[in-house]
Amino acid sequence: MIAKKRAIWVFGDYRNYFQNRVTLQLLSRAKELAVKIDAEVCAVVFGHGVDEWVGEYIAHGAEKIYLTDHSRLAVYSMETYTLLMERLARQEKPEIILVGATAFGREFAPRVATRLGTGLTADCIGLEIDKEGLLVQMAPSFGGNLVAEIVTSERRPQMATVRPGTFQEIPHDYIRTGEVVKIPLPEHLPVDRVRLVRSERSPQREQKLEEARVVVCGGRGLGSKKKFAKLFELAELLGGEVGATRPVVYADWAEHEALVGQAGKQIRPQILFSFGISGAIQHTAACNDAKFIIAVNKNPDAAMMKRADVAIVADASQICNSLIQELKRRIR
Amino acid sequence: MLKMVVCIKQVPMVSELPWDPATGTLQRDLAEGMMNPACRSALDAALRIKETGGGEITAITMGPPMAEEVLREAIALGADRGVLLTDPKMAGADTSVTSHTLARAIEKACPGFDLVLCGCSTSDSETGQVGPQLAEELDIPGVAYVDEIEVSGRAVRMRRISDHFLETLEMDLPGIVTVTTGHYAPRHVPLGGLQAAFAEAHIVSLDAAAVGLDPEWIGAKGSATKIRNVYSPTAGKKNIVLTGAPKRIVEQLFERFDDKIGGAIGKDLKTDKN
Repeated sequence: MIAKKRAIWVFGDYRNYFQNRVTLQLLSRAKELAVKIDAEVCAVVFGHGVDEWVGEYIAHGAEKIYLTDHSRLAVYSMETYTLLMERLARQEKPEIILVGATAFGREFAPRVATRLGTGLTADCIGLEIDKEGLLVQMAPSFGGNLVAEIVTSERRPQMATVRPGTFQEIPHDYIRTGEVVKIPLPEHLPVDRVRLVRSERSPQREQKLEEARVVVCGGRGLGSKKKFAKLFELAELLGGEVGATRPVVYADWAEHEALVGQAGKQIRPQILFSFGISGAIQHTAACNDAKFIIAVNKNPDAAMMKRADVAIVADASQICNSLIQELKRRIR
Repeated sequence: MLKMVVCIKQVPMVSELPWDPATGTLQRDLAEGMMNPACRSALDAALRIKETGGGEITAITMGPPMAEEVLREAIALGADRGVLLTDPKMAGADTSVTSHTLARAIEKACPGFDLVLCGCSTSDSETGQVGPQLAEELDIPGVAYVDEIEVSGRAVRMRRISDHFLETLEMDLPGIVTVTTGHYAPRHVPLGGLQAAFAEAHIVSLDAAAVGLDPEWIGAKGSATKIRNVYSPTAGKKNIVLTGAPKRIVEQLFERFDDKIGGAIGKDLKTDKN
């Protein structure tokens, strides 16, 4: 008998845009990790009438889909999904299970880990495979001031949750094919002990700033509301979002929605452009998860400049304008 | 009478954390402790339930002996008694072992409990995993990230925002909720509370043996996850400084980082020149 191939699973979380995106991002990273341990990448999908997502996951790199499609699964259900995942994992014994750190995933993954008697690392900002083939789970600690490298050396599967925006999805390719394994709903499925009385779309704005891959942030150092407004043009070119500091929001150069800080949004872009920001702790703490920081300030000793990967000593507004020109030239 | 259990963690006061600039690591042993903010909200939720419908609150914490401070604080705020789980063998527990330890201790010290309340996450490790894992360990219905709780009879009604959905959920007791800081605000310690906390505080201390824990399933030894290495993401970061005329600076920026910026925005920023 041929030994079963090792597998990396990604939980197919499709309920809204960011959940869908994080699943695609995890499939992309899973594919890179799979090469190192010679594993296949699988997505696990529970729901009803979810063929669209099955197709999407295959187009984004899943080689196999475990699918349970039933009318009882039409609405996300914590206890039922946990039970289904536990049963499937016991049967198929994946090496790794990755779950998007959405509100659902954050509750679902720990439950599954406890059922399977294995470890789980929350909100990983990086995933690697080490020399022994173990999954190295990089997790932020103390508000991102520290990173811990965590391994689950003995128990299986190795489990991690990852926030949306941490990895980049690979472009879809609808030529790709994958195997769909249909898993029937078990008989005598217990009724969920938690009852969903009402569920409606929250009027809350989409979390564009929190999830953006590029953030262009401005502070008082830009000089005026008019100069601050230029950031929107830059953000547009970069496909990013605009953030602001508290003084700028108070001065009414930007909406409160754009506030990046302790009382505002926490951001975690791949690149943060910081213009004319001195770097009060309330602001910098909210920028801790930015992967790469480019700061512009006339004052080279500003706290934000010290934290930056690239510190540009110049007038923030002038650099903003030059960047716009240069990007227009380069983006064709 | 409604028997409530509030799980509380003592966390370091982050803004006060002393850093070791040489290694870029935290000197945790020097840190001041405080009650984790979300745990305060969980306690506040329990106190409001007690104020309106009556009940008894047990505050429970796992930690070093100094964690007793947060139990005294909870009693000062209106909890009826405290349970301190402390044992050197419990140190270094990951979330699964922590929830296992807490579950067994709750069963031991609070038999017949109705409602368990936890903070949705802690400010030091931020995993948010212990609450959901505790629900599994106790095998009772549970809901995480709850903003508001209402108890009527044996039913609990909860509201939360979950992935852009406003949800209203219901479950029967016994059950467990993890509470966000959104609705329940921390309150001040009343003067009479201080006396309760120090004069007549009812606090019991339990070690692993008293709880009857399997020695293979506690602390660092029982934990599935191991921390291999800890580092500061900012320590050792290369701080490249660019100066000069704005146009020249921007050219330099793209010469050196066009891959990085292009990668983040998903566009090719290379010119024919490079």
